[in-house]
Amino acid sequence: MKLIINGETQVCEAVTLAELLHVLEYEGDWLATAVNGDLVHREDRADHRLDDGDRIEILSPMQGG
Amino acid sequence: MLSLYDAALSSRLLLGTARYPSPAVLAEAVSRSGAEIVTVSLRRETAGGKTGGAFFELIRQLAVRVLPNTAGCHSASEAILTAKMAREIFGTDWIKLEVIGHHDSLQPDVFELVEAARILCAEGFCVFPYTTDDLVVGEKLVSVGCRVLMPWCAPIGSAAGPRNPSALTAMRSAFPDIPLIVDAGIGRPSHAATVMEFGYDAVLLNTAVAVAGDPPAMAEAFGKAIEAGRLAYLSGMLEPRDMAVPSTPVVGKGVFA
Repeated sequence: MKLIINGETQVCEAVTLAELLHVLEYEGDWLATAVNGDLVHREDRADHRLDDGDRIEILSPMQGG
Repeated sequence: MLSLYDAALSSRLLLGTARYPSPAVLAEAVSRSGAEIVTVSLRRETAGGKTGGAFFELIRQLAVRVLPNTAGCHSASEAILTAKMAREIFGTDWIKLEVIGHHDSLQPDVFELVEAARILCAEGFCVFPYTTDDLVVGEKLVSVGCRVLMPWCAPIGSAAGPRNPSALTAMRSAFPDIPLIVDAGIGRPSHAATVMEFGYDAVLLNTAVAVAGDPPAMAEAFGKAIEAGRLAYLSGMLEPRDMAVPSTPVVGKGVFA
């Protein structure tokens, strides 16, 4: 399955969003996720099934003005 | 006491967290500024990355209110999603809403800004809109639910100071009951004092402190300038005039000729 993760196309067989984060070794409670332009709350990641071509954004805090 | 979305604040300085030489310098600058609100942002995290986590921990340790921004967004939809993701991470309804419309000046796209503000206010966000000094845009932002306005005084990072003082003072007059925060273009403590003398409620700045030779000292200087400007505004300032007025009484002076 091809996924577009933070703008880069990757091949990954993760079934759910939570599984994808685990496979890619994202960790911590400071991440926010969106799929195809919609926020996916952290408590919903385990139930959110991924489809081929999904666009996934994974954001974290950084410095800002 | 400053009140922003029902939060009572002693400090009238909101400080950005970008471009400091180190996290330690940032922490000291926040401490010496007296700021109770710092702005933060969101960016893509690389796989296995820990960058965001380290910064998140630093912010937690500062024990200040966090105002996430939507910097870099160029459309209402982008800004709305970023705001929702910021709420997920930081656990706050506060959002500094930036929708950039011009690449070089970083001038806000006020049309997208108003639309994003309308949707976010309806969804319970406390929106701090980065806007221009246009009165009509300000009215529209208030009409869709914004209870704070944050006009620029010059382009972001320009350090130019108040470029259009009469527009800023007109905005103060037009919105007597809305907290007004100058959000961009401040370069020196004197700029901050000037807009506070106009009656602005607070100042938000970043670069002028972060890239100073001694950021913590500059942060303290800004804190003092903002306090001075506020006190001056409340104290009744002398209006300028063209001719001299002697400050020393002439009644009773000796006559020697």
